[in-house]
Amino acid sequence: MNAANRLTPYLFLAPAAIIMVIALLYPLGYMVYGSFRDWNPAQALSETEFVGLRNYIYLWNEAAFRESLGVTLKFAFFCVAFELILGVGLALLLDRKLRGMSILRTLFILPMMIAPVVVGLMWRYMYHPTVGTFNRWLEAIGIDGIDWLGRKALMSVIIADIWQWTPFIFILALAALQSLPRSALEAARIDGATPWQLIWHIKLPLMMPVLIVTALLRLIDAFKVLEVILVMTEGGPGLSTEIVALRISRTAVEFRELGVAAAMSNYLLILLMILTIGMFAFTRLQELRATRAAKIIQQEG
Amino acid sequence: MSKIRLENLTKRYGVVEVLHGINLDMAPDEFTVLVGPSGCGKSTTLRMIAGLESVSSGEIYVDDTPVSHLDPKDRDLAMVFQDYALYPHMDVARNISFALRLQKRPKAEIAAKVREVADLVGLTDFLSRKPGELSGGQRQRVAMARALAKDSSIFLFDEPLSNLDAKLRGQMRAELALMSQRVRKNMIYVTHDQIEAMTLADRIVVMEGGHIQQQGTPEELFKRPANRFVAGFIGSPPMNFLNGTLTETPTGLAVQGDGFAITLPEWAGRDLASSASREITLGIRPSDLRFDPEAPEGAGFDLNVRVSEYIGAQSVLLCDCGSVSFTVEVKSETPIALGEKLRFGCQAEALHLFDKTSGQAVLNNKHP
Ligand SMILES: Nc1ncnc2c1ncn2[C@@H]1O[C@H](COP(=O)(O)OP(=O)(O)OP(=O)(O)O)[C@@H](O)[C@H]1O
Ligand SMILES: [Mg+2]
Repeated sequence: MNAANRLTPYLFLAPAAIIMVIALLYPLGYMVYGSFRDWNPAQALSETEFVGLRNYIYLWNEAAFRESLGVTLKFAFFCVAFELILGVGLALLLDRKLRGMSILRTLFILPMMIAPVVVGLMWRYMYHPTVGTFNRWLEAIGIDGIDWLGRKALMSVIIADIWQWTPFIFILALAALQSLPRSALEAARIDGATPWQLIWHIKLPLMMPVLIVTALLRLIDAFKVLEVILVMTEGGPGLSTEIVALRISRTAVEFRELGVAAAMSNYLLILLMILTIGMFAFTRLQELRATRAAKIIQQEG
Repeated sequence: MSKIRLENLTKRYGVVEVLHGINLDMAPDEFTVLVGPSGCGKSTTLRMIAGLESVSSGEIYVDDTPVSHLDPKDRDLAMVFQDYALYPHMDVARNISFALRLQKRPKAEIAAKVREVADLVGLTDFLSRKPGELSGGQRQRVAMARALAKDSSIFLFDEPLSNLDAKLRGQMRAELALMSQRVRKNMIYVTHDQIEAMTLADRIVVMEGGHIQQQGTPEELFKRPANRFVAGFIGSPPMNFLNGTLTETPTGLAVQGDGFAITLPEWAGRDLASSASREITLGIRPSDLRFDPEAPEGAGFDLNVRVSEYIGAQSVLLCDCGSVSFTVEVKSETPIALGEKLRFGCQAEALHLFDKTSGQAVLNNKHP
């Protein structure tokens, strides 16, 4: 009776779980399997030839892939770093009770709600060398236009990403700030902390758990970004903005090397897994700390 | 060693005025307790002194210097909060030393100070714990230690004991009393617990509805409450109030009401002779009554005892005097039968008289 009771929920969950597993694991398995084969889109997977780790080793040594990986890392790092600084900075600035503040906050999170393709198109027009908004402004104040999507392409796509995703960090940071213990902040003011010291010694350390998780979420996202860059630069000029996601799609579609593309996806997957595991490890560590603290108190009764 | 003075201190939130002109003088090194019912403005007053709330009008003087425009950090004060307000990410030692570290004091000096105050409050074994790993009482001590480490001249407490269980609260109250004798400082202590107020204070300030009702030593407030509110607030169990009329009788002036008649002593009669037939409220503390079947006419009450609450050496009797309920505190060995009408005597000195409408005291037991 009891055992049956305990099993019932699993029984009900089973169909959903089975569909999930198939939907999730089948494509994944397909990709992993394909990455060990010499595979072009004209072939069925079963007709392909097994090549072992050749695709992986080939990629490891391929300059273009390495460059693309470098671009991705640079892109992700600069995006997340600036988004953190701007998002947290704005949150610290706007964490106060003023009239109209709620409207301002709503406006701030608008960019996040726009579809990435639209964002890409919008920025592409603004970056246009002759008729784009930026260069027209620059000319108006007598400065030479900047070759936004040419020589400065990576910087330009990073700016667009920052524009779109800073609000995400901003709202999470603001929520974290507003849930800080108010009396601890007051105690710090009485203890002699200046506004800067308050931020540095109290607010930031207390927000840190939220910020770390936010940063990891953003990193994971930044590694997978595709549409905005595809629309803005298509990876160019040269390979200067060709992030891994873009290279994967080109390898598959243009070069017709499905096996290599699959191997590349797996490299990216491994990178993302490391980040995700890092994030889970971090939250788990926090939980462990909390339970240990509770236990200590209980023992002392 | 500083003198604090509040002059016509007012606080408004929007259009609502919650403090209506507080005037208060605190002598150097005095332990002042602000006490009053919930919402009367105690915390607001304290937070204005601390600089955490802005002053709407009026001024705060410390040693005759106006301070209301200063930041909290420039006011040379330390504060203990009701929820302790510890820094959750710092261990006990770093919590205690935060103010000193901000002042960039030498490391050795900071370490010595931390050890000294940790010793004083009994935290030496917990210095490397985070606040999350401490019990409520220990956190309370950390808050106290942190305030002590700062060496400020003014100490503010906002209901520091109200989150502790009854036993711990009593213990901490005693420790606090001891500490306040050792560390002579200006202390301002907010509580709604009148026992804390009575035991700790040099001076009690009773507040209600954003006004100060009365201030004075615990004894003054207990013996000579200025009005009916203070009389009912200070003392436990609270004072009994009976409405009656001042009447001339052959034996002198008396208060007569529903089920009782009390003759006032001769000196009181002299003071009040002109106000005969005035409506009055008679106040008498439960502890000022004795079981005395022989109590003479005009010096006792006939009470119907309903319930007896045994609290150890004393018992509290809940009685009826006419239609009004009435409390008496007697020694537990007093032979009491529930449901009977018994006679309790009282000393004339124990009587308080208040104006029935304004509540102001018209006769306190000021004569010995
Ligand atoms: N931020 C605020 N905005 C509006 N009204 C407030 C604000 N803070 C306090 N008040 C009002 O001011 C009055 C005094 O509040 P205060 O906190 O000083 O009471 P208190 O005496 O400390 O009460 P308690 O014993 O419950 O702590 C209350 O009526 C409260 O509603
Ligand atoms: Mg309060």
